[in-house]
Amino acid sequence: MKAMTAQLPSRRKFLRDSAVLMGGLVIGFYLPVKGGRAYAADAPAKPVYPPNAFIRIAPDESITIVVNKSEMGQGVYTSLPMLVAEELEADWSRIRVESAPVAAVYNHTGFGMQLTGGSSSVPSSWEQLRRVGASARVLLIRAAAQQWGVPEGECRAENSEVIHAKTSNKLSYGKLADAAAKLPLPEEVALKLPKDFKLIGKPIKRLDTPEKINGSAVFGLDVYLPGMLTVLIARSPVFGGKVKHFDATEALKVAGVQGVYQVPTGIAVAATGFWPAKTARDLLEIEWNEGPGAALSTSKMRAEYLELAKKPGALARKDGDVVQGFKGAKKKVSAEYELPYLAHASMEPLNVVVNLNPDHCTIWTGTQSQTMDRAMAAQTAGLKPEQVEIHTTFLGGGFGRRANPRSDFVIEAVQVAKAVGKPVKVVWTREDDTRGGYYRPMWADHIEAAIGKDGRPVAWKHTIVGQSIVADTPFEAFLTKDGIDVTSVEGAATLPYLLPNLEVSLHSPKNVVPVQWWRSVGHSHTAFVVETMIDELAHLADKDPVAYRLDILPTNSRYRGVLQLAADKAGWGKAKLPAGHACGVAVHQSFDSYVAEVAEVSVENGKVRVHRVVAAVDCGLVINPDGVQQQIESAIVYGLSAALHGSITLENGQVLQSNFHDYAPLRYSEMPQVEVHIVESSETPTGIGEPGTPPIAPAVANAVFALTGKRLRRMPFDSETLA
Amino acid sequence: MISLTINGKPAKVDVDPNTPLLWVLRDHLQLTGTKYGCGIAQCGACTVHIDGRAIRACVTPVSIASGKQVTTIEGLAETALGKKVQAAWQEVDVPQCGYCQSGQIMAAAALLKENAHPSEAQIAGAMDGILCRCGTYNRIRAAIQKAAELQGDSK
Repeated sequence: MKAMTAQLPSRRKFLRDSAVLMGGLVIGFYLPVKGGRAYAADAPAKPVYPPNAFIRIAPDESITIVVNKSEMGQGVYTSLPMLVAEELEADWSRIRVESAPVAAVYNHTGFGMQLTGGSSSVPSSWEQLRRVGASARVLLIRAAAQQWGVPEGECRAENSEVIHAKTSNKLSYGKLADAAAKLPLPEEVALKLPKDFKLIGKPIKRLDTPEKINGSAVFGLDVYLPGMLTVLIARSPVFGGKVKHFDATEALKVAGVQGVYQVPTGIAVAATGFWPAKTARDLLEIEWNEGPGAALSTSKMRAEYLELAKKPGALARKDGDVVQGFKGAKKKVSAEYELPYLAHASMEPLNVVVNLNPDHCTIWTGTQSQTMDRAMAAQTAGLKPEQVEIHTTFLGGGFGRRANPRSDFVIEAVQVAKAVGKPVKVVWTREDDTRGGYYRPMWADHIEAAIGKDGRPVAWKHTIVGQSIVADTPFEAFLTKDGIDVTSVEGAATLPYLLPNLEVSLHSPKNVVPVQWWRSVGHSHTAFVVETMIDELAHLADKDPVAYRLDILPTNSRYRGVLQLAADKAGWGKAKLPAGHACGVAVHQSFDSYVAEVAEVSVENGKVRVHRVVAAVDCGLVINPDGVQQQIESAIVYGLSAALHGSITLENGQVLQSNFHDYAPLRYSEMPQVEVHIVESSETPTGIGEPGTPPIAPAVANAVFALTGKRLRRMPFDSETLA
Repeated sequence: MISLTINGKPAKVDVDPNTPLLWVLRDHLQLTGTKYGCGIAQCGACTVHIDGRAIRACVTPVSIASGKQVTTIEGLAETALGKKVQAAWQEVDVPQCGYCQSGQIMAAAALLKENAHPSEAQIAGAMDGILCRCGTYNRIRAAIQKAAELQGDSK
């Protein structure tokens, strides 16, 4: 298959024409989730019903599910169609997937805008998409019953056919779609009981695998338009810096270079391909006005953060009286924690294709945040949002970076398109991507905790220091409560243990380094701090870390189930480990799912080696167990990369890391054996893309303590931390 | 003009001979299955075969490929081994985001061509240079072992 080209009709036009020309059933719904949170001020109160749809049934019996979430590896192009197909009684082998255009009908049911994040795709679509499928099924049955002149109640749907048992009549969905499309939507539909599920709960292979193993899957970087130029941008080496002066004489001599332009983020080189653009960019001479950002160094910040962590911040939670708690304590411990900035480092560097015309703008990119990106692109182009079309390609990883609260990479690409006046593909090199900011914040924590005579915790005082990821963004109003960025304290202010006297407070200093959500958001930091300190208290109390946690978790807590299951499956305290190996455990809840992990480690030549991870997960009712396994494995690897290697540092305002040699994801030879065990549950489905990440760093740190007696309170666990 | 043979078909490109093969494949020949990840042979997303051996196209000047057989992911299914590797990848359902998978599959195919039944250590040796940020490594190992099995069955 060739790369996507501009000759393709626009997605919206295609939807409309295909419905008209091919015949077929088109169904669009908006079903708000009860108690859903609106995160966007512009979320329409009464959504409109544009001529688009979640389901398109064609005369050739193919069923296209239009998916309104971005596929970035987490499996939504399989799990969401499963929800529709289950109720539709569709022949799974005829299911196709198409990415949704930007329209209110495709808004996230909780966020009120099109957005993929917060491990919320399945939870937020669970009701909605099953209702979509069930409504279509009702109409198809109705159409068949009318055609046969029999009561609807005598007909049933199965495997993309409507069947009338008495007469053995059968009609396929492809033949019924036209008639069904003319019927009014049913007001109420009955959803299946879990015992009747045919797809949900079964291990189903991903629908996107075939195109991802033969090179035909189209990622943003694979989009080519006729006459398109590839653009690389020289951005300020210091965040917030501006171009003072530049000389493009040498750059312009490179064959294939079509122009050099000053844009708000730097100097853009437009060329006929990546290589001439890169060659020319290297030849630019630019003098920067670096601004106040040049004074920033992370080594200096560390000292400042740790100092600040000793002073109480804004209260995020207060239970009992910690002063009294410490007075009556038997043993007390205090510790400082340090976590670095982290880049997302998706395998596919950021990129955007823009075709800007006077009255229309078409964008192809792997984005997680279509509604906001469209609004910001429109504002930048001087157009109305409805004049901007976004085609969401496959994402070569997202991890949060592609849901930028400021739409940074999209705005910049539109600015470039304005300057160049031709279709452009703005490509970030790996170095640009690593140094481009929007990192997981750097954190420092201070915890004082104490246990009583029975060994149980009696006081816990936790102070957190780190930038807010929502400050000065459109999300600030929705994710800040009483001056606290809730994402900064999630997992810390919500720790599950029985603690009579508890205080969690927050400092949110500001600086020029752009920060953002990163797989599991605040939990990527708080789980490490909380779960290593709880482990410390267990040892202080001379108790087994699993037994200690079970003793101080509320009796009905869902944490218990995963903790017990992971411990059992890992043979906790029973299995004979090889010499020089030890196990550590951690349990954490994020995105309403519960995950416990037991890590078996050794330390070889001053390096931590993780041999095996046994994970137990409770994410409610499981849609696709194979998908759950993939996501837990993936989340563990993502967390391990950070735990063992990940660190972005700055000196004189400049990011020191640039590529995979100095910002190293986990490699094949470092991969542990991973076992995933799922707690059987009939609870509503909860998140699965992120919850596997938080427990891995503390599980490894606790294992290293069990092995060496050294507490790791600083990430990553490199030779400096281990020393 | 540089003359190339890509997936058995001749191609001529008018580029600076120092241009990395990766960008000739992508920007000039629209063979976009081969991916850009790092540009410095650190991630292996650009892995293709030259005369059957796995190379990193991001640091290989196109001039080196002239007169040799270049195979990309788009042409892999033309060999019996390539088909088996892809079949194994499908059966194990390896990809997540999928961006690195062309490179993983090309590296695996080159390994299996040289060594029909690689040990776990030999697999690690061949695959350590190909990064996967989604963490599909364990499934990659399972798929390589599955492909080795499929290959054995046909003998």
